[in-house]
Order: sequence, then C-alpha cells, then structure tokens
Amino acid sequence: MIEFLVINGILLFLITVTSLVVLMMRNLLAATVVMSMYSFLMSLVWLNLDAVDVAFTEAAVGAGISTILLIGALVMVGTEEKRHKPIHWPACLLAVLTTGALIYGTLDMPHFGDPEAPAQTHVAPEYISQSVEKNKTEFKKRHGARGSNYFYNHVPNLVTSVIVNYRAYDTLFEVAVIFTAGISLILLLRRRRFGGRG
Amino acid sequence: MRDQVILRIITKLIIPYILVFGFYVITHGELGAGGGFQGGVILASGFILYGIVYGVEEMRKIIPRRLSDTLAGIGVLLYAGVGTYSVLAGYKFLDFTPLKPSDLGVAESWGMTLVEYGVGITVAAVMITVFSEITEGTLPVENSSLVPQNKRGSDRMD
Repeated sequence: MIEFLVINGILLFLITVTSLVVLMMRNLLAATVVMSMYSFLMSLVWLNLDAVDVAFTEAAVGAGISTILLIGALVMVGTEEKRHKPIHWPACLLAVLTTGALIYGTLDMPHFGDPEAPAQTHVAPEYISQSVEKNKTEFKKRHGARGSNYFYNHVPNLVTSVIVNYRAYDTLFEVAVIFTAGISLILLLRRRRFGGRG
Repeated sequence: MRDQVILRIITKLIIPYILVFGFYVITHGELGAGGGFQGGVILASGFILYGIVYGVEEMRKIIPRRLSDTLAGIGVLLYAGVGTYSVLAGYKFLDFTPLKPSDLGVAESWGMTLVEYGVGITVAAVMITVFSEITEGTLPVENSSLVPQNKRGSDRMD
C-alpha cells in the first residue's frame, strides 16, 4: 500500500508541475511538448490503477496523435502566444469554486478499491456475466466438465468485450462521430482550397 | 527537413515497425490491451510521420485522397454491415450469434474482430485526413512559420 501511495504521490506532483508549466509557457511549441509529457504521466497513472486499455489509449491518442495534430496546427498559426493579462480574476474565482465543489463531491465517493462500492456490486458482475459466465456455461454444457480450453471460448480482453459487445451501439456511433468529423473537415477545408463550388 | 539525411533514413527504417505494431494492436484487440481505435491511431501515425518528414504531397502519393476517403467510409460500413447481417439472419442488430451459431464464444470473437477492423480502418483514414487537411502546403517544416524567416531553406543540421 505504501509503494502505491509513494508512486501516486510522485505522479501527482509531476502532473501538477507539468500542467502549471503548460499554463505559464509562452512558446506554444514547447507547451505542446510538455502537454505530451503530461499525457504520458497520465498514462502511468492509469497503468498504476490497472486500467491498461485506458493507459494505452492515453499514450497513443493523448501523447501521440493529438501532439502531432497540435504541432500541425502550430505550423499554420505560429508559435508565440498573444500577450494577455497575467491573471484573470473572475476565471480564477470560477476555477477555485469548481475545484471546491468537485473535492466536496469526492468526499461522498467510496474508497478506492472498496469491494462494497456500487460499481463492484452492480455493474461489474453484470459485465463479467455477459462475457465470461455466459460462455463458460455454454462451453460446459457442450463439452462437459473436462473442457481443456482455458478461456472457455470467451474473449480474454474483458474491456474490449464490453466496449464492442455489450456496448456495441455506443461504439458504432462513436465511429460514426469520427467519420463525421473527417467528412466535415474535408467539406470545410478541401473544397475551399481546391476552389470547388462553395 | 529534406536535407537531414539521418532523419530521413531513420524515418524510413522505423515506419514498417510502426505499421506492423498498428496492425498487431488492431488484430489482437480482443486478446490483449488495445483495439481498433488505438491501432488505427498508431497506423495513421506511421503515415503522418512520413508526411512530416517528406511533406504531405509525398504522403498523398502513397495514400491518395480518394483512397483515404473511401477507407473512412468502408470502416463504418463494415461495422454497420456486421449489425445488418445479424438483422438479415433473423437476430437483433449487432448480435454476433449468426456469425457462428454453433459456438457462441467463437461467434463473439468473429464479431468483435470484424468490428475492430472497421473501427481501425475508419480511425486511421480519418486521422490521416485530419493531418493532411490542416497542414496542407505548410510541410515540410523548413517552409513554415516554425522556422525563422532568415533560416528557411538553409542546410541546418540541428
């Protein structure tokens, strides 16, 4: 438990420092690179919480592709931030209020890893039974108790199973959203550039 | 970056490994960490790396606009097509049972694999499109605003 706290403490410190550095920095290219560092640190946090798929996504999308796309945008717009007032008081007040509300909200949350938490007693068993138990009973019925297949033919990665199987509609429309984003970009930027009918 | 020999050689060496890893992540989505979305992003980043070093027009010679636009559509169609196939076979939309009714676990694997391929194809194509559309005409970097005016076009080795 103490190692867990030490590692998380170090990560929390580094994440706070990198996000402050992103805010302070005037050179946008350097800020983008520090943001990619922030994403890698977040990926370590997810890994520390045993959320391997989320860590993978954070590293590939947060640190990889969004950094590249931001740099691509900076190539167009230049890298120096516009001068502005150093501290915007209403925004500061709003941020402090929101943070306070969020921290007040976390006081009601169950402890980390609590086996009695609602997520563990309602949602997780349902997901596991959808993926594992269903196929296990099916397999036992078909092959008897001497089945040699370790996974009983169910899919080993439960996360992907939930995303693509249990929540298949959700994922289908996520893909549709990505497709729509690509199509909108083509319509907005390519048509103007190639002088098509506007 | 056209003059930077080390960068160009290393890029060409590294791109096959990026693409193989992207394919690996997509095809092993139901076995290990990752899936269509992450694999598609990794695949796209291989092409984008090529585009950054050699310029978007060079990248578009390898993957033309028509091809990437078509692939973006094909991915969504593949995903929705799996669901429609279930409906035509007499099951619910996106129920994977008809892919192999005799063994539910295998049917599930097949359905998930096909769906992951669809997600991966669409994400890779859209990411390539996003990159090439927002950076059109500004790459390679020596012509862009990232490099000071007096240094553009000169042979810098930093």
